[in-house]
Amino acid sequence: MSEPATHSGISQWLDERLGWHAIKELALHKRVPMHKHSIWYYLGGMTLFCFLVQIVTGIFLLLYYRPTAEAAFESVEFIMTDVKFGWLIRSIHSWSANLMIFFAFVHMFSVFFLRAYRRPRELTWVSGAFLLFLSLGFGFSGYLLPWNQLAYFATKVGTDILGQIPLIGEWLLTVARGGEDVTGATLTRFFGVHVAVLPMISTFFLLGHLALVQKQGMSVPIGEEYKKTRQMPFIPNFALRDLVGWTLALGILVLLASLFPWELGEKADPLASAPAGIRPEWFFCFMFQTLKYIPGKVWFINGELLGIIAFGLGGAALVLVPFLDRRAAREERHKWLPVIGWLVILYIIVFTVLAYVV
Amino acid sequence: MKMLRTDFILRFLIAVSIAVLATFVLAPQDTRAKATGNSCVDCHSEIPDKQLSDPVKGVESDIHHAKGLGCQDCHGGDPTKGMAEGDPELAHNPAKGFVGAPTSKEIPDFCAKCHSDVEFMKRYNPKLRVDQLLEYRSSKHGKLLETGDGKVATCVSCHGVHGILAVSDTRSPVFRANAPGTCAKCHANAGYMKPYGIPTNQFDLYKSSVHGMQLLEKGDLAAPACNNCHGNHGATPPGLTSIAFACGECHANNRDFFNQSPHKEAYTKMGLGECTTCHNHHDIAKPTDAMLGVGERALCVRCHSQGDKGFETAAKMAVELDTLKLTLNLAHELLTRAEQGGINVRLGKYDLHTADDALIKARTAIHYFDFDKFHEVSGAGVTEARQVITQGEEALHDLRIRQIGLGVSVPIILWVALALYLRIRRMEREKPF
Amino acid sequence: MNRRGFFDIFLGGGIAALGAAVLYPLVRFVIPPEQPEATVSQVVAAKVGELAPNSGKIFRFGKDPAILVMTPNGQYRAFTAICTHLDCTVQYSSEMQQIWCACHNGHYDLNGNNISGPPPAPLAAYSVSVRGDQILVSKA
Repeated sequence: MSEPATHSGISQWLDERLGWHAIKELALHKRVPMHKHSIWYYLGGMTLFCFLVQIVTGIFLLLYYRPTAEAAFESVEFIMTDVKFGWLIRSIHSWSANLMIFFAFVHMFSVFFLRAYRRPRELTWVSGAFLLFLSLGFGFSGYLLPWNQLAYFATKVGTDILGQIPLIGEWLLTVARGGEDVTGATLTRFFGVHVAVLPMISTFFLLGHLALVQKQGMSVPIGEEYKKTRQMPFIPNFALRDLVGWTLALGILVLLASLFPWELGEKADPLASAPAGIRPEWFFCFMFQTLKYIPGKVWFINGELLGIIAFGLGGAALVLVPFLDRRAAREERHKWLPVIGWLVILYIIVFTVLAYVV
Repeated sequence: MKMLRTDFILRFLIAVSIAVLATFVLAPQDTRAKATGNSCVDCHSEIPDKQLSDPVKGVESDIHHAKGLGCQDCHGGDPTKGMAEGDPELAHNPAKGFVGAPTSKEIPDFCAKCHSDVEFMKRYNPKLRVDQLLEYRSSKHGKLLETGDGKVATCVSCHGVHGILAVSDTRSPVFRANAPGTCAKCHANAGYMKPYGIPTNQFDLYKSSVHGMQLLEKGDLAAPACNNCHGNHGATPPGLTSIAFACGECHANNRDFFNQSPHKEAYTKMGLGECTTCHNHHDIAKPTDAMLGVGERALCVRCHSQGDKGFETAAKMAVELDTLKLTLNLAHELLTRAEQGGINVRLGKYDLHTADDALIKARTAIHYFDFDKFHEVSGAGVTEARQVITQGEEALHDLRIRQIGLGVSVPIILWVALALYLRIRRMEREKPF
Repeated sequence: MNRRGFFDIFLGGGIAALGAAVLYPLVRFVIPPEQPEATVSQVVAAKVGELAPNSGKIFRFGKDPAILVMTPNGQYRAFTAICTHLDCTVQYSSEMQQIWCACHNGHYDLNGNNISGPPPAPLAAYSVSVRGDQILVSKA
């Protein structure tokens, strides 16, 4: 890795066809600035690692999973109990999904507080924001796939929210569920979205995101000067450090999956009454809990609708952060933007905890 | 008064116009509450004395009313007469069979007029029995009534009067879940029962019994009420040769096993109640395993004592039952632990059904009061449970292998992380950036 | 062996071991298990011809026992085999032409209705279909 590029036969052959050396140059060219906030540069890589684990374990799960109401639960049970190491693969898939979303959130907030989104990296931020939404989409669609009681009712409640949207709500709900109710049709739909639609779109955004990072290099926080910082070559120094992190992350995944195997619960029964403590996955809990607290009617608007509009605006604001923060573009620190960031974190933590405690 | 004025108006109107008359002929009829054309109903509903007017209201929900029977079908008389004439005696016509309200002594025959008439009952409900009077006469109630005791229960005491509902109607006082309360109306009333010198705590005892809890609290209509042991129309203190016949109606195996047991003859000789000696009556508690054996709460030691064969059998059976329970508990525990660890135990759980069956069967087989016969059942259960334990142990072994796998993989991962770290350090020492 | 060589072997060996530790479960996962398919809410209870009229058979439905009955006039019926009284496993009695629970002598008719003895409720019925030579039973 650290050897200078020797123009061996294969290298030559590849270069003629792929422009290999140009790619290699681009990769070797990247340098990572070292300063007291450099630790946050690892989080994107961590998220990527979890995503790769998801792809691998997801493909393996596809060998046995069956996306129908009759067989979904049984096939997951089969994977968990009859297939060798099936319990491990499924547990890692579930744990890695959660870690991925967790790292994605931390990555996003670190970029936010370091204002790494400022010119010329606005598009990197925008693509990242979309990747976060896509991850949430993965989480929501994947949650239903084992077709257990909790997932069934959480999906019912989750999709119900769509129906609140004026004019197109009814239609949207029917399209999302593949009918009026959550049925086997919904499962098939969610499966398709989970294993084909979202991966395709995510790959597109991910490649764009990574290409932009590679092209523009790492951002330094306002106040640090890129040229004055010590710089570490991305390859091999930083990449090797990334690998240490990934190895440790793998260890954590294996530990979590073995010591806390993901539960399967009871098979979904549409006729049963909703079980106590229906709750979406933790990363949706703060929104779910907020909707619970909004009164049914605020002035003359439906409360739930108001909440949805608020979250929609919040999502839009998130995407548009680089364009809203005009000061960062001038390399100035915004006075109250970090305050808003901390308030949002506080809000997410408090409401997530409330969802579990109340 | 009203009638006179109506007549006056009518005469006045005839003198004025025939057309207007037609209108007013209808009008006076509207001033009546609701004329049914039935003089019993029309007249009694207007009588201020509630005792005489209430039956009219009550009868609306009555099953007899629903089947199209009227007042006169029970009470006789002529419902077409009396109202227009303003003379109730025309309706209360003895020549038309009028009997009025029967006295309590007359009630059984009063109802039996129809209910013991096979031909008559067939027309309304062919499957309804017609022997109620016969049974009633044989009952304690019926016999006391013969002696002139007017306080005892007759048909209406339980079924109600003017508002009698089908037995299957949940509101009926004789619906299974309501029956114990209906009996208790009199039988739990100490003052009322005083002349008879019998206990009045049966309902309280029953309420706390396994049957009472099942019927009254859980609404299990398969659980017996008073009449399932005592009979209903023929209610007596069990007039059976033995209470065991009543219990055996449902607890058939227990009865059969008991009949084959050495207790059968002994109890008959000693004049003991077959089931009630151990299980009581009215307050039949949910049986516990502690009732068997020679321990503190065991019932066997009431008669058997150290040294006799029964004592020995009781002790051996209790030990064996405990063994079965402990083995089953272990089997359940192992499977649960394996399942919580994420191991497939469906097959084990299926086999556990058979083993669990054995415990239930063994508890019934106690009534053989014979160790060998009991052992046949419980021993099979122990064998089944041991097989499940083996399966559970295998499953837990799988779980341990997982833990070993974890124990191996985590050090490997740490090893790689450490090797990478050392590699980075060496590289950067040789070639600082 | 010099220090550098040792580190290379240390790292190389670690990566090889890790590769094996990752690949082993994946390979084992890909090899189909003995019973290569998930049991769904439908099971093959028996083969056609296995049951004579007026007989019954207990089969495993998931982790619970179920009973398949061929009535005296040749119809297939299936029910849960768990008695509603105390969860014993019921059986078919050709003599009585009823489903019978030996624990407390509970009787069910051939529609699963509790007709005598202590069972408080009927047996839940499953639907039966015949496909080829297989008798398939599924929940409702």
